[in-house]
Amino acid sequence: MSIKTDYKRVAGLGSAKDGTHHWWTQRLSSIALIPLTLLFVFTFGAHLGEGYEAVRAAYANPWNAVVAILFLIVGFHHLMQGLQVVIEDYVHGKAGVVLLILNTLLCWGFAIAGVFAVAKIAFGA
Amino acid sequence: MADVNRGDRPLSPHASIYRWPLNSIMSILHRATGTAMTLAAVLIVWWFLAAATSPEYFAMVDGLLTSWLGDLVFFGSLLALWFHFFNGIRHLIWDTGAGFDDENVTRTAIGALVLAAVLTVITLIAI
Repeated sequence: MSIKTDYKRVAGLGSAKDGTHHWWTQRLSSIALIPLTLLFVFTFGAHLGEGYEAVRAAYANPWNAVVAILFLIVGFHHLMQGLQVVIEDYVHGKAGVVLLILNTLLCWGFAIAGVFAVAKIAFGA
Repeated sequence: MADVNRGDRPLSPHASIYRWPLNSIMSILHRATGTAMTLAAVLIVWWFLAAATSPEYFAMVDGLLTSWLGDLVFFGSLLALWFHFFNGIRHLIWDTGAGFDDENVTRTAIGALVLAAVLTVITLIAI
């Protein structure tokens, strides 16, 4: 029988200390996504299928471009945090760790790729 | 304990006949819709990258996203989005400590479902 305290047994094995921050940032991104979703969906939906020139012109408008960039950053961060919880709950062991790593890398990767693409269109290059 | 007759007792819950409470359906749908929207998020980034690449490449990606399969994915994602949107607002209200009684939980669940359907129709008309 170990004489270690419960705290000593779990200290340093993860989980501790960042749960509240995770919870809080997920709520912050949720609140931000209420207006951003409303603004993004109708602009994006209206231009999907409108053709190359129309789409380039739409996102050359700084308002549309800023909304799209904010939506991509906040949306992918929210997605990453949500998927993280789903993976932690349902996938255990090594597979779970691999998925968590992929989740973080891919969400950041797609977010930044999307931001770059919108910025490139907005700056007219 | 081993000789207790368990043969004719009701067992609960049997997954196949268990009637899910509305709120547990809402809860699992929140996760399902959030996870499912990953596909639309990736497609949208691909579409922006295509628009930043060339007219030919954009035509290919835009064509794929507006094909019947693309339409199906975006229609499903739109439903998922508005469901997640309104159910998320329920969660934000709960996070303030309000609305936990049974009556409110059921009422806001139905409200979220109705609003999700209405917003999906409005979006389809508007775009």
